[in-house]
Amino acid sequence: MTDMTDLTEQDRAILNAIQDDLPLSHAPFAGMAAGLGMSEADLLSRIRWLKDQGIITRFGPFFDASAMGGAFCLCAIAVPEEDFDAVMIQVNARPEVAHNYQRTHRLNMWFVLATETPEGIDAAADAIEGETGLKVRRFPKLQEFFIGFRVAA
Amino acid sequence: MTLDATDRRIVTALQEGLPLVSAPYAEIARRLDMDEAALVERLARMKARGAIRRIAAAPNHYRLGMTANGMTVWDVADDRVAELGALVGALPFVTHCYERPRACPDWPYNLFAMVHGTSRGEVEEKRARIAELLGDACAACDILYSTRILKKAGLRLRQKG
Repeated sequence: MTDMTDLTEQDRAILNAIQDDLPLSHAPFAGMAAGLGMSEADLLSRIRWLKDQGIITRFGPFFDASAMGGAFCLCAIAVPEEDFDAVMIQVNARPEVAHNYQRTHRLNMWFVLATETPEGIDAAADAIEGETGLKVRRFPKLQEFFIGFRVAA
Repeated sequence: MTLDATDRRIVTALQEGLPLVSAPYAEIARRLDMDEAALVERLARMKARGAIRRIAAAPNHYRLGMTANGMTVWDVADDRVAELGALVGALPFVTHCYERPRACPDWPYNLFAMVHGTSRGEVEEKRARIAELLGDACAACDILYSTRILKKAGLRLRQKG
């Protein structure tokens, strides 16, 4: 595993550059490479290395599934500590659960439901309530605020 | 907005990411048996409609040393949440920012802002900066640290037609 301290100044410059939107041009990495003072081939192999090392998880389009007709909802459950793992298995088994985090609060399980239709959200949340016997709190987004996304490396 | 069958084929082909080659759009077009120009035109349209936000790297916060992750939640006056949410979302260390419904009596919070940092101390400092920004408009707040990732699945689009 590479540590952050193993990243060179050039790696950090690359990490910052590749968080910007890539142009839709024939050879989009060429201009970025020129800006970084390196060859296109070297840049591509370094991006591959960053991906192999897990420093970036993915390079590609960020899709907004809600703009593609899907529905999403952040949900939370207050799970009794002794039942936590059993409930986690029940919740994670549902394909509608996109991701799930344990958090430090009485509401200690937070997950996102992703379904093809808006009605699918309540159906999935109701099914989880039925299966676990626990109330599923629903926090759909009312408004999203613009974010910068960039992580300064 | 809905995607047609060709858009869905494109989304599916790009779910794993863009190939890291000199001419990545030409490579995807070849796999889909399309013209590069036709593919690029559709990608441009998806970007214009917001279905694609950008084409870029997804950094791994944990691998970049950002191991503390706090969901900060705020009870902000309804008539100011739009204005203040925009300011909080624009802070460089906030990676997600949403207005969500309150669930009273025990959940008075309507503004959610995700904050990453190298330590909980750093996340707390960032939280204090948000508190300063919200001032009197905020009646209560809390922070929920993530202690375990229980599941993380990528976006999977079901194939239609």
